[in-house]
Amino acid sequence: MKAWIAFWSILAKDMRSYYLKPPNISWGLVFPLAWTGMFFIKTGSGIETIPAVLPGVMAVSVLFGTTSMLAVTVTFEKKGRSFDRLLLAPIPLELLMLAKTAGAIVFGSANAFVPVLLAVCLTDLPAVNWFALVPAVALIAVSSTFLGLFIAVSVSEVFEAQTFSNFFRFPMIFLCGLFFPIDHLPAWLRPLSYALPLTYGADILHASIRGTARLPLALDFAMLAAFCGGLFAISLRNIRRSWIT
Amino acid sequence: MTSPIIEVRGLAKRFDDVQAVADVSFVVRKGELFGFLGPNGAGKTTTINMLTGLTRPDAGSITIAGIDCRKNPKAAQGLVGVVPDESNLYGELTGLGNLTFCGSLYGLGRAERQARAEELLDRFGLAPAGGRKFAGYSKGMKRKLTIAAGIIHSPPILFLDEPTTGIDVASARQVRQLVADLHAAGTTIFLTTHYIEEAERLCERIAFLVEGRVVRIDPVDELMRQADRRHVVAIHVDARAGRLGDELARAFEDIDVEAVGDESLHVTSSSPVRVGPLVRFLEDHGAEVAEARKLRPSLEDVFVRITGIEAAAMKREKDKGGGKGPRA
Repeated sequence: MKAWIAFWSILAKDMRSYYLKPPNISWGLVFPLAWTGMFFIKTGSGIETIPAVLPGVMAVSVLFGTTSMLAVTVTFEKKGRSFDRLLLAPIPLELLMLAKTAGAIVFGSANAFVPVLLAVCLTDLPAVNWFALVPAVALIAVSSTFLGLFIAVSVSEVFEAQTFSNFFRFPMIFLCGLFFPIDHLPAWLRPLSYALPLTYGADILHASIRGTARLPLALDFAMLAAFCGGLFAISLRNIRRSWIT
Repeated sequence: MTSPIIEVRGLAKRFDDVQAVADVSFVVRKGELFGFLGPNGAGKTTTINMLTGLTRPDAGSITIAGIDCRKNPKAAQGLVGVVPDESNLYGELTGLGNLTFCGSLYGLGRAERQARAEELLDRFGLAPAGGRKFAGYSKGMKRKLTIAAGIIHSPPILFLDEPTTGIDVASARQVRQLVADLHAAGTTIFLTTHYIEEAERLCERIAFLVEGRVVRIDPVDELMRQADRRHVVAIHVDARAGRLGDELARAFEDIDVEAVGDESLHVTSSSPVRVGPLVRFLEDHGAEVAEARKLRPSLEDVFVRITGIEAAAMKREKDKGGGKGPRA
């Protein structure tokens, strides 16, 4: 019970201190709009193509919303030594890191639904499978956040966190099947696609919105969950090895 | 004699090529104010980090209130408060916000942490600034709030790492008084400092740490008794101290004379020194004596004798903020 008081307090502080700041809220709104606009301009198509564009914009919004913020905030607090204060608290490291990442998960998930709200206003989305879409967004947010945590634990400077984030993010966007079908990729790149968590998240989003999936949904969910667990476990191990030296 | 509350045996830690702490052993008794004194890089902060669970020891054992800290560090962390050598609270939070947040980390409920935070702000003279952001506090205010954050959960044991470094004289005096009050209220305090006079004034027992090794642990009273066995007279003369010192040493038996700068002599002896004959000798040899006084023996003398490290050099090095090892 006492540990949960700490959990909620860390989450509330991070939401107030980082995620609910006006620049981040505007980033959360502008970023998906900019991506949507970019696709409309590039393809020259109208609002009838929204269902085709929506999975990609949602996934990118989650990916950037989570990794940018978490990698920076954790690195910032570690460098300023305020993170030591959290490590000194009598709460399990697992719960502490869940508290630190929960804000990014909430922020990233909220980012994903900005383009959905826009799409609902502009067009009909009658075929959307919300029961798959909502958990998929949550799992993409969790896996992306834990990727951000993995990055944050691996670097010591804020600028390194940004650079290292891009090292993962940009290849992931183009290899996960969101904008280019995996079948159209060179054969030697395809195995790499299946080593990325976003590939499975993108497949669920496509299935939920357009009804087309490459893999069974159960497999997609299982792979996403496995990536979440794996990235979190690796991050915890790295924290124990490099921060509690 | 009260029971041990912190027991450390054979503690060791190496960072790459640097042996930061080597075979350190000591016991701190319940309610004691224990000083850990040493120069920059001696291993004081590394030791605190190992005691509080921020650094993993390479060897040795740590027991806090009967809890094996290497096996169960989180259980021990609930019993201790930690005030690091640099204020590490959240700049974007207010003073009150920082304290309530720190209270929540130790499981204090909303009403309890709010009341405790307000009580501490009042006690530390920070109530008027409680609604201001921490980033805007002066160094002294930051230090006091950091100490308040360390005791928000009323821990029975408090680790204080260099609590008065880098703050003004008035704030340092206030911090020392707060430490003394906490000790008087029964808190066990583990204090690291490089200010020898601070350790002398506050601590009951002191460990001298040099290059990662404890070279001496004794009650302050016992250390001072050793210093009392030496008698020192400081004499201010004109600018020929060196030459006059040599003549003085030849003329009187059982004294050592050291020229301190160009215009001062320190006469040391194992037996009481009479000032009059020294002054007369110097005046007879043409010196103009401006002042001659017996120096009160200090812990600094003992420290210098035991460690061979000049206390003034140690303080200068620290105030420059020079060369710390990894978390040391």
